Amino acid sequence: MATAPPSTYSAVTLNINGEKHTLTVDHRTTLLDALRERLDMTGTKKGCDQGQCGACTVLLDKRRAVACLQLAVAAEGREITTIEGVAEGDRLHPVQQAFLDLDGYQCGYCTPGQICSAVAVIEEHAAGWPSAATDDVRPEAGPPPLTAEEIRERMSGNLCRCGAYVSIVQAVARAAEADARAAQDAPDTQGAPAAQGTEHEGAAA
Amino acid sequence: MKEFGYERAADVSGALALLDADPDARFLGGGTNLVDLMKTGVERPARLVDVRELPLDRIESTEDGGLHIGATVTNSDLAAHPDVRRRYPALTQAVLAGASGQLRNMATVGGNLLQRTRCGYFADVSKPCNKRVPGSGCPAIEGEHHNHAILGASDHCVATHPSDLGVALAAFDAVVSYETTDGPGELPLTDLYLPVGDTPHLETALPPGALITGVTLPPAPAGAVSRYRKVRERASYAFAIGSIAAALDVRDGVVHEVRLAFGAVASRPWRARAAEAALTGGPVDAAAFAAAADAELAAAEPLPHNGYKVTLMRNLVVAVLSELAEEAAR
Amino acid sequence: MTTTTTGTTTGGTAVRAVGTAHSRVEGRDKVTGAARYAAEIPFTELAYGWLVLSTVTRGRISSVEDAPVLAMPGVLAVLHHGNAPRVDIDYVGMLGMRPDPTVAVFQHDRVPHAGWPVALVVAETSEQAREAAEALVVHYEEEPHDVAFSAGHADAYSMPGPAGPGVTGKGDLEAQLAASSFVLDAEYSTPEEHHNPMEPHAATAHWDGGRLEVVDSNQGTIWVAAELASLFSLDPASVHVRSEHVGGGFGSKGVRAHQVAAVMAATVLSRPVRVAMTRRQMFSLAGYRSPTTQRVRLGVDAAGRLLALEHSCLSLTSTVHEFIESGAGPARVMYDAPAHHTANRVVRLDVPSPTFMRAPGEAPGSFALESALDELAEKSGIDPIELRVRNEPEVGPVSGLPFSSRNLTACFREGARRFGWADRDPRPGLRREGRWLLGTGTAAASFFAGAAPSTAAATAEADGTFTVRINAADIGTGARTALTLVAADALQVPTDRVRVRIGDSDFGPAMIAGGSMGTRSWAWAVTAAAEELRERMALSDGIPPEGITVRSDTTAAVGALAQKERHSFGAQFAEVAVDVATGEVRVRRMLGIFAAGKIVNPLTARGQFTGGMIWGISMALHEEAVRDRNTGALYGADLAGYHVASNADVPLVEADWVDDPDPDDPVGIKGIGEIGIVGAAAAIANAVWHATGVRHRQLPIRPDRVIRADAHA
Repeated sequence: MATAPPSTYSAVTLNINGEKHTLTVDHRTTLLDALRERLDMTGTKKGCDQGQCGACTVLLDKRRAVACLQLAVAAEGREITTIEGVAEGDRLHPVQQAFLDLDGYQCGYCTPGQICSAVAVIEEHAAGWPSAATDDVRPEAGPPPLTAEEIRERMSGNLCRCGAYVSIVQAVARAAEADARAAQDAPDTQGAPAAQGTEHEGAAA
Repeated sequence: MKEFGYERAADVSGALALLDADPDARFLGGGTNLVDLMKTGVERPARLVDVRELPLDRIESTEDGGLHIGATVTNSDLAAHPDVRRRYPALTQAVLAGASGQLRNMATVGGNLLQRTRCGYFADVSKPCNKRVPGSGCPAIEGEHHNHAILGASDHCVATHPSDLGVALAAFDAVVSYETTDGPGELPLTDLYLPVGDTPHLETALPPGALITGVTLPPAPAGAVSRYRKVRERASYAFAIGSIAAALDVRDGVVHEVRLAFGAVASRPWRARAAEAALTGGPVDAAAFAAAADAELAAAEPLPHNGYKVTLMRNLVVAVLSELAEEAAR
Repeated sequence: MTTTTTGTTTGGTAVRAVGTAHSRVEGRDKVTGAARYAAEIPFTELAYGWLVLSTVTRGRISSVEDAPVLAMPGVLAVLHHGNAPRVDIDYVGMLGMRPDPTVAVFQHDRVPHAGWPVALVVAETSEQAREAAEALVVHYEEEPHDVAFSAGHADAYSMPGPAGPGVTGKGDLEAQLAASSFVLDAEYSTPEEHHNPMEPHAATAHWDGGRLEVVDSNQGTIWVAAELASLFSLDPASVHVRSEHVGGGFGSKGVRAHQVAAVMAATVLSRPVRVAMTRRQMFSLAGYRSPTTQRVRLGVDAAGRLLALEHSCLSLTSTVHEFIESGAGPARVMYDAPAHHTANRVVRLDVPSPTFMRAPGEAPGSFALESALDELAEKSGIDPIELRVRNEPEVGPVSGLPFSSRNLTACFREGARRFGWADRDPRPGLRREGRWLLGTGTAAASFFAGAAPSTAAATAEADGTFTVRINAADIGTGARTALTLVAADALQVPTDRVRVRIGDSDFGPAMIAGGSMGTRSWAWAVTAAAEELRERMALSDGIPPEGITVRSDTTAAVGALAQKERHSFGAQFAEVAVDVATGEVRVRRMLGIFAAGKIVNPLTARGQFTGGMIWGISMALHEEAVRDRNTGALYGADLAGYHVASNADVPLVEADWVDDPDPDDPVGIKGIGEIGIVGAAAAIANAVWHATGVRHRQLPIRPDRVIRADAHA
């Protein structure tokens, strides 16, 4: 049966880093292109545009995803966090600080994706998710320790052609330790963004 | 990518009606395969019907002790679910062996089963491909095919199905449920995919316009241990060159029940029933495992550059069954 | 106030910053996403160009059906050979090379290889441009092609390259081989490899008041500006190229089709036009490392001293441009023998033009030569390190020139100690851990250490800070930070008072980021300018509002360097695990010890070395572009089909260095960008042999090859 040609544009409201942006998008526009070409948020990088490199990793509803395969029109109603929304104001997220201090990059192009991915990896691990590096995936085995091998596997969706993997793994490990310490110090803030260092007193004030 | 319409379906019947109204429409799940294929021009739908938010996102135990998995459950949620990890560990392992953390968060169970082959000729619209353009030819047979099929292929197509998840589902006797405007239906996963023959462009036995709504797993074989092993050309974030899902139940020193399925060797997840028959009731040793693998792989028809897969699959059968036998003995 | 200095001053300042770890000065921008790369600078009225590449491998364009595409929504122009502005390619560029005609897009109807640019579609949005480019119908008259590369190709010829003459030779090879106690004769091959920087090539061009402005991602803005000026017959001063942040290059980011197409479209449309390559297009347009087939013949006497060495390397190039992968180059530096013969040959096929890729020549050449040394060690029963130490040459084997410094043995001694080499049982196939066979291997590394003329400007600002302007490119090397440390030391001020600005062709001529020569060349010019500035400040009464600026030019100083064999050296160590049942190979650990001049910033230098070593893992196990003979095009030209090492492939890789300052450089730098990959693949392949007893002479060592080799063993 014949139907009228569908509209190929839609008005959407995207919730990015806690701010709502309303725009009309060509349905072909990916979230990646909407961010970079329409909203001037260029921190999210285009490495392959095919889901094969991870440079465009953002968080959708707090979970990591590749923005290049996410249509912008289909992202309406979802909570989008990009690299621009990872820090708290001027204070870097512990993952960002660890990448900076441990030189977890070279050219820096894969870095925003690596950092968004690492933020999620720490959350996924804290939630008890196993990985392909986990020997025993049964829940009875308990959550696997976040070894270097676990970090490598969990971070493998983010290619780094400069080959900064060694310091990336060290940076993720350092940030995860800080996160675990923070969670131990303030168990009631579970799920909130990890506090930097041990500044829980300030957070409680 | 050509322009297209986009609708978000509110419920299953709405989704079916939208698709029924437009023969050039496609369902959009996580989009991890479809959006990529639209970018490369392999898929050119006129309309997308977004089914990601349909209420098909639950994993529930069935009355007989099995598990029902909704079609829009993400790969990540499937892999992390305690019942899956406890009762079907090979399924969790298979999912976690696929793609990346980012893609598993996006990809759905239904979409995973319907993903297209990763054959490089299929993905390149400047090349002939019988699966993409029927009758145009298969350049893989004379060209690059070191990661193509050794089982169940034809002179028309030697592409493999890339799913890891599907291999484990095949081993666990999964049944796929779907809805159409004419009502619901079911297919064993091993019957979901059509033989290649001279129609490689016809991939599934689903009726036109059908929407996969879920997958049901019968109870895992009692007392069985299970495992998924994947071999690929880098340690992570790569498609398989060979994989195996296996479940083994050893009683009184003989194989009481065994499940074997192969990945990356055929146009579908390959349930190795000949090997299972050879093993059942027999001894639990490497010689028996190898003989069973040979029984299955006798049907293999390798091309000049993928014959190694016969060796690889034989070795994987022996290695993984030996590991499971050891685990079962503990 | 401006003066010029010649750059003949040398060091002597109290070292404070150089040699200490310093996080990247632009690091905060990179971890927050604030750092903007080429395609991320906003322009009003920006239009988007999308390249259309040929779908045939050889032939002629018979027609470009542009009318239907021009009628599509948002389409502004379709440029092709029938309507594009003319360019001139009859010139010699800054690096002394003629341009690859691939950059002269849309000038004629010939198609010399698959993926040749045939048109540019420009539209208001990238979605419109992409769809229109995909819809553009181009008719071709197809001709038969030849892309088959193999050893002994009848049309091969020798030609000079970066490693010197095409052929070198001394002594009677056959006689010395006959006199040898142990002889090795083996063939090795390496595949077509692609740079694949994470940031795709992208350029935005527009005309501003009679000046061509280009924002681009490249390894040298003055280089690209000069090439564009030559191509478009413009006054070089009227071309301005900026490239502040560059997402990797590895040799691929010079002048390419995208910049030229963007300039053409900006000229035709009189508005800014951006052209970005897709990842798939990069496999046709960005250059690559040629595949090689190599033959190595070695003969040693009973004491392990080389009597005969022959290394010949065949690579390919396109039918439109000569480029040679000089795989036989390392043999001219590493080992001497009474009979010593090397040859680099090339064959022209219907393929895209190859180009420089990280350690050109050395990376594939060292795989063959250093694998051969290991095989010879096995045959002669001499420890692989000892065999190399016994063959340390006094002078350049071909040149006869002295080495500026050669600390290879020190690298091996330190590496062996730290890696635990002394405990190694040389016999293969003995160590098993579960399903894994374990083995260790080693290899030597070297890379040319050079400097090229550069200019810099150092300004003392009235507020007490300093601004250094140098046309450097930081493609991830940490050059911007290294130059900050160098400038601070030369100025004798803390680093936080120094601001280094780079990546702008208006800053004047300077070396590109290439040949491991960038940081050294730039640091020389920065040191000269800064030291002169400090002296001038000492003589002046305060700083005027416009500041005091000193310019340097190192042309004379660099030109005065004495002729010597100048190289960095290194020793690579690897431990691998191999499952011969599944063909999987995993690197378990790597250690590289380098003698590579003064290390300016240990934090970023370590990343340069280990990054190179990880390229070695990737080269040894993963990377291979497969060219389909029937279609002449690549199979699986994307990052799922072309594997580079993922995080899970990379174990703890460690790099360290021995003291090795270059006595002829003001800072002591040699250059570290490329040596990390040299020898790394050989060390891994040698370890695979030690684990399994099977030699892999074809890269990459893929699972199917391991399985097949095991079946034949």
